[in-house]
Amino acid sequence: MKELLLLGDEAIAKAAVDAGLSGMYAYPGTPSTEIMEYIQSSKTASERNIHREWSTNEKTAMEAALGMSYAGKRAMVAMKHVGLNVAADSFINSAITGVNGGLVVVSADDPSMHSSQNEQDSRFYGKFAFVPCFEPSDQQEAYSMIFDAFELSEKYKIPVLMRITTRLAHSRAIVKAVNEPYPENNLKLPSDPLQFVLLPAMARKKYRALISSYESIRYDARISRYNSFNDAKKRELGIIACGIAYDYLQENIIESSVGYPVLKISAYPFPKDLIMEITERCKEILILEEGYPFLEEGLRGILDNGIKILGRLDGTIQRDGELNPAIVANALGMHVPYGKKVPELVKMRPPSFCKGCGHADTFNVLLEALKPYGGGRVFSDIGCYTLGALPPFNAINSCVDMGASVTMAIGAADAGLFPSVAVIGDSTFTHSGMTGLLDAVNKNSPVTIIISDNSTTGMTGGQRSQATGRIEQICTGIGVAPEHLRMIVPLRKNHEENVRIMKEEFAYRGVSVVVSARECIQTAARRKRTDSSDEQ
Amino acid sequence: MNNEKCVMKNDIILAGVGGQGILSIAATIGLAAVENNLFLKQSEVHGMSQRGGDVQSHFRLSDKPVASDLIPHGKADLIISVEPMESLRYLPWLSKEGWLVTNSNPFINIPDYPPLEEILNEIRKIRNNIIIDADAIAKQIGSARSGNMVVLGAASPFISMPYQSLENAVRRLFNRKGEEIVEFNLKALSAGRSFTKV
Repeated sequence: MKELLLLGDEAIAKAAVDAGLSGMYAYPGTPSTEIMEYIQSSKTASERNIHREWSTNEKTAMEAALGMSYAGKRAMVAMKHVGLNVAADSFINSAITGVNGGLVVVSADDPSMHSSQNEQDSRFYGKFAFVPCFEPSDQQEAYSMIFDAFELSEKYKIPVLMRITTRLAHSRAIVKAVNEPYPENNLKLPSDPLQFVLLPAMARKKYRALISSYESIRYDARISRYNSFNDAKKRELGIIACGIAYDYLQENIIESSVGYPVLKISAYPFPKDLIMEITERCKEILILEEGYPFLEEGLRGILDNGIKILGRLDGTIQRDGELNPAIVANALGMHVPYGKKVPELVKMRPPSFCKGCGHADTFNVLLEALKPYGGGRVFSDIGCYTLGALPPFNAINSCVDMGASVTMAIGAADAGLFPSVAVIGDSTFTHSGMTGLLDAVNKNSPVTIIISDNSTTGMTGGQRSQATGRIEQICTGIGVAPEHLRMIVPLRKNHEENVRIMKEEFAYRGVSVVVSARECIQTAARRKRTDSSDEQ
Repeated sequence: MNNEKCVMKNDIILAGVGGQGILSIAATIGLAAVENNLFLKQSEVHGMSQRGGDVQSHFRLSDKPVASDLIPHGKADLIISVEPMESLRYLPWLSKEGWLVTNSNPFINIPDYPPLEEILNEIRKIRNNIIIDADAIAKQIGSARSGNMVVLGAASPFISMPYQSLENAVRRLFNRKGEEIVEFNLKALSAGRSFTKV
């Protein structure tokens, strides 16, 4: 065993490589991005030539991973929680086809929405798809679980979900790792050539088999070893702690030895036997879980007329937001020695555009060109440019999901809004904006799509954008008229010219695309640093 | 100033603004902790807030396994901040006996940044505070970009590890960038430490 200092994300990535991974697939998204990045910089991955390129979106990533599994090899796909919505079609159906080589799907939830538009809980997807779900409590457990997840996946021929949350993903701890990575699987086609064919008659049979395997899987040792019950003398209260909530509980117990029975749950489907043990012994049950009251709802049921349960649904713990040691201490009725209050003079410091950012120049052009029409007509999307919603710009009116800027602009134009404008980044455009553009072209919607192209996936730290060098061709290929595909460079010296071009396109009653292209100043600076160190 | 106890525990909050590089401070303490065979957990902020927003890192060191990735409220032994207003944002975590060590130079990227003197007055209300003009000290030693290491040096007496392991960590961290950069950062670390020790 060797000891390494790893982020939770990196522990998962390292484990996958050590477990004989052949293909890693992902689209960047906080807090999941570092999983792929670790594999991209891994020596073993490079020696073995493990597939480790970014995909265009989470759906293409999920499907490519399923294809690698079809061919008998171990594959992993990673995304942020909302990415699983994009990949949901293939994810749900991959449970019904089943897998050949082991397939692990990592979904990184972001409770408290540090860098997200919602705090959906991926454990529901596990139950929804009838696939087992691991929820590690710490980095070491995350590492170990990946090995079990691959074994479980191959034994039951199903994908396995790994659900983590921000604090585990982005926290470093020492992880003990195996010395030698396992060998990869050989190429081996599925024994049943129709396994992956979900024609209704076949899908019905496979679905029934899936439901029954979900019932038996809960007793598999690879699930049950992560769920443990520790009895104790005090029976007024029993505590069930899921995933990282177990660490917050431990933090408080170490300090004061609470002395209540504790059930730790880190793998699903639920261990019914252990839940019976703790509920039979204790008068009340406190449920600690990061995210939605997933277990709590299950335990209460619709009638909620059983044992008294304390959790998010009765207000013992706040209904939304991530947990922390203080919230858990409060739920346990323990004193929290809060330090001084934050002085009133301390002001909010929201994120903002970097100095010299091209998006800022693009918004300055947009605002001036739109002045004659008034506000309320700019649909935008997910990326650094979403910061255009904040002062001093106040330039955009929507940020919903990847690609929604284009399609919402179309719908508003259908309703009669003119001009109707979309602002979307280059990477988001290839992720999910292109199909919307085809809709616009096919019905000649009077919309103007501004692609703010910084040649990278900026918000997540500058990963390669699938759009780089292709946007013009993609737009003309989809059918945008060349005279209404305008290229501008968002620099202050071009401001007047850019305003004139945008005004022309806003006035046009048909599909126009303005590509406002200038490299992200962060990636440009990094590139300069790398170039100069290469020269040395 | 020596924190020798039977159970060694150091809970440190690192504070600053996205892009100010608090992660190089975290990396230095991390390397030193590994050299001392200590248990540690270090949580960071990635993603949206990194773009000029407030960022913090929770750093937990102990000779026993660490449970929570987050420091409990009121239990931090030390706040190390590279920006004065940001040092105050985490007071609910600072214990009564805890130290607050901060750079005095403001990073002003918001329109309503409060008057600096009022911020410094609030910091002076904390019983154990060190306010250091790390930018000026870094300039004096000829390495304007080493302000972070000056602040870390000023905080070093409150970190329960031998000073030498912090020096070793700086050497390892900056080794790739050449001997000159290593020396500047060691000088910065030492200048910060002397400021506190005087």
